[in-house]
Amino acid sequence: MATEAADTFPKLLVRNARLYAGRPAYRHKDLGIWQVWTWAQVLEEVRAFSLGLQELGLKRGDKTAIIGSNRPRLYWAMCAAQALGAVPVPIYSDSVAEEMAYILDHAEVTIAVVEDQEQVDKLISISARLPRLSLVVYDEPRGLRDYDHTRLKSIADVQKLGRDLLAADTAALASEASGQRGDSMVRAPDTPPEPGSSVRAAQRWEAAVAAGSGPDLAIMLYTSGTTGQSKGVMLTFDNLIVSAINGNRFDDLGPDEQVVAYLPLAWVGDHVFSYAQPFTAGFCVNCPESPETVGEDRREIGTTYAFAPPRIYENLITLTMVRMEDAGRLKRAMFRYFIAVARRWGEKILNREKVPLHARLLYWLGERLVYGPLKNRLGVSRIRLAYTAGEAIGPEIFRFWRSLGVNLKQLYGQTEASVYITAQPDGEIYADTVGKPNIGVDIKIAENGEVLFKSPGVFAGYYKDPQKTAETKTPDGWVHTGDAGFIDDKTGHLKIIDRAKDVGRLNDGSLLAPKYIENKLKFYPNIREAVVYGDKRDFVCAMLNIDLTAVGNWAERNNIVYGSYQELAGHPRVYDMLAEHVEEVNRSLAEEKVMAGAQIRRFLILHKELDADDGEVTRTQKVRRGFVAERYEPLITALYSGAREADISTEVTFEDGRKGTLSASVKIRDVATVPVLAMEKAA
Amino acid sequence: MRAPSGPNIVAGEVLLAVEEVSLAFGGVKAISGVSFDIRKGEIRAIIGPNGAGKTSLLNVINGFYHPQQGRIIFKGRRRSAMRPYEAALGGIARTFQNVALFKGMSALDNIMAGRTLKMRRGFFWQLIRIGPALAEEVEQRRRVEEIIDFLKIKHIRKIQVGKLPYGLQKRVELGRALAMEPDLLLLDEPMGGMNLEEKEDMCRFILDVNAHYGTTIALIEHDMGVVMDLSDRVLVLDHGVKIADGKPAEVQADRAVIDAYLGLAH
Repeated sequence: MATEAADTFPKLLVRNARLYAGRPAYRHKDLGIWQVWTWAQVLEEVRAFSLGLQELGLKRGDKTAIIGSNRPRLYWAMCAAQALGAVPVPIYSDSVAEEMAYILDHAEVTIAVVEDQEQVDKLISISARLPRLSLVVYDEPRGLRDYDHTRLKSIADVQKLGRDLLAADTAALASEASGQRGDSMVRAPDTPPEPGSSVRAAQRWEAAVAAGSGPDLAIMLYTSGTTGQSKGVMLTFDNLIVSAINGNRFDDLGPDEQVVAYLPLAWVGDHVFSYAQPFTAGFCVNCPESPETVGEDRREIGTTYAFAPPRIYENLITLTMVRMEDAGRLKRAMFRYFIAVARRWGEKILNREKVPLHARLLYWLGERLVYGPLKNRLGVSRIRLAYTAGEAIGPEIFRFWRSLGVNLKQLYGQTEASVYITAQPDGEIYADTVGKPNIGVDIKIAENGEVLFKSPGVFAGYYKDPQKTAETKTPDGWVHTGDAGFIDDKTGHLKIIDRAKDVGRLNDGSLLAPKYIENKLKFYPNIREAVVYGDKRDFVCAMLNIDLTAVGNWAERNNIVYGSYQELAGHPRVYDMLAEHVEEVNRSLAEEKVMAGAQIRRFLILHKELDADDGEVTRTQKVRRGFVAERYEPLITALYSGAREADISTEVTFEDGRKGTLSASVKIRDVATVPVLAMEKAA
Repeated sequence: MRAPSGPNIVAGEVLLAVEEVSLAFGGVKAISGVSFDIRKGEIRAIIGPNGAGKTSLLNVINGFYHPQQGRIIFKGRRRSAMRPYEAALGGIARTFQNVALFKGMSALDNIMAGRTLKMRRGFFWQLIRIGPALAEEVEQRRRVEEIIDFLKIKHIRKIQVGKLPYGLQKRVELGRALAMEPDLLLLDEPMGGMNLEEKEDMCRFILDVNAHYGTTIALIEHDMGVVMDLSDRVLVLDHGVKIADGKPAEVQADRAVIDAYLGLAH
């Protein structure tokens, strides 16, 4: 079978150009209009790009950085590099120059393909330290016209180099042919080459593609690094392609899916969902107009398959709830009533359980009046399958989506696994599990509760770091996930409770899974971020971030005047409101035997948002608990000393990279806990 | 690979010259005998304390006010006063100190409105929108989309401008002015009321407009840092009188300017 030979992405591209020639492969909204490229056109674009890069010195084994938002040309850049045997290294586009310098240097990048002037400027600022970086290629020419172009080229120019080569071949071929016939007419070199008609460059390209094979290194993804410096995870074509095919089979994904690519290119999730899966299944990737228009673009495209971290699902709900508060009385009443109906029956209907007829009728009515229009607004009307991954999702949020009829499922994955470890099969959906092992994946739980897995997607190693590789991957192929979990007896699904190293104990021996508590807190729309401490302490404390959209809206409705985030965060009535939330969380913790000992005794609201630019959260918005503890050391001391208030002064980094200092006096609140029997605590 | 060191200073020909212009409202003299010129391709700043006559001067240039004395020479034509439509037809576009958009219309429609002068088909054709009128609208829309892309306001294209935050409204207004493809762009406090981040964005857009479209820009601004960074030449007014005119650094060191801004120690 021909597909068996397609063991690299460039080979898959050639296959798709044959199998799905006229079907759309990429769309990009530009100047307000969706531009479409078919698989055959993408092959032409990638080939020209690839030959251009080869002409500019890109060789087998070289590393090519890819920096920018989700644009077709940046995805093509990956394939163009892979066709030559070079390895793409996507980098988070919102990284500051320093972070980029580390990765570019560590990965020995020679050519960088970037989106626009912003990224070019960053690279220029660090280029003196990167002697290997010989060329920067950009997509968007705006503002770059007057730059020195000796080591800078546009993608269009690179592609033109490639196209000229192909055209020259065609011309040479034509003149040879006509020379034999004694005809002096030479075909104009700008005649577009027909596929297969240009010999030398095209053959050279095909040979380069053929030279690649499954075990070759396909990509290096630098992990955002919750701990220390980021590591370059090496994934082979086999890792990605086999995992993607298994994933396609698990969820029955075919060439008719529509996905919107909007997650960072450097995240393994995007790489599998917007690159490996479309290449293997042949479906279309839609690139939004700009990061701010994703919602509108998703709506226009009608995504059928979606993938997002929980934060996105949370934000959409927060936004909906906030908007509903501003809606008219009738609409609000209707929304409340039918959401209650959905909460009661929606999931059961989605799971094809037995449901009484009147409930079905009510739900049908709700679909017409509320759920349908709401799903349309959120751009999920046509969704067949949506995954949440990357972090635990609040059970309420998870159920809310499912009750609306959106088939939201949980997935547990890692960069080191080429995403897939476990996922929930259709019909086996639980809010608190992450599902069963995917096709081809084995899992086991270590003595200390850590989850280990073995799969075709297991990474080749960390780049230039055999020691870390050995720590993570056992000689017989098991990979340590670093997450603590257990297999649920009833369902046979895996449950993740926290990072293995973060699971701690209070001084009285109570178990503390900080993330478990943080997730409960973050379910409240008013709480954007929560950081919980308590390991080797007498009691549990929390630092909270308010959600400016939700709390700001609430403040407006309650005539609370504030001039800044800081002022709103410190407002006594905001404290009152959040104290109620914390007490509710305590009550729900008290209901669970294992977690009851870890109720929150005191909390405070931080005067600033935790920000990736300050290193407090990773680029994927995960809190760096240890770093935050160091940074806000005076606050933690105050939390445990019993003080009512603490002064803090922190250095902040603005979006343009400048630094400033922010000082504040942060208040601390005590909250009520539910008494737990000593007997239960011991358990 | 190197970023250009700064805005291109083009010592082009004179695009617009103001000669000995005086303007009075009743007994109040807003401008007295001011002369200055704007050269093709430059960014020209007009600064001065409150009530110095800056906005009046812009209004004289684009014909809102008619000066009692003096002449304006635009593209070689000398006249004592311009009418606003003559100014618009001649390629002068402007934005206003307190945003003058059609608040009930979308950002897109507001910018489309800026293309009115470029439309060749009449009202009736535009109303029925078929054939040539449709082709024209498509072409005009493409130009507008380019501006929307340029100013990075894609996400608010279809939102009513009245609902937008102030900084974005200012950007839409700049978009509408740009839609006229002006030779001379007059900006009245483009950064008034903005926060630091919005100011930086706006600075960038002004520089980009100047570099990309080659548009000559005259702007009024209070933020001295912005003026010093952006402009090629600065005109300083005080009580309707020109007190200095020159490169930012020269103006900054000028005694009269320092006195006007910081006040004389009496």
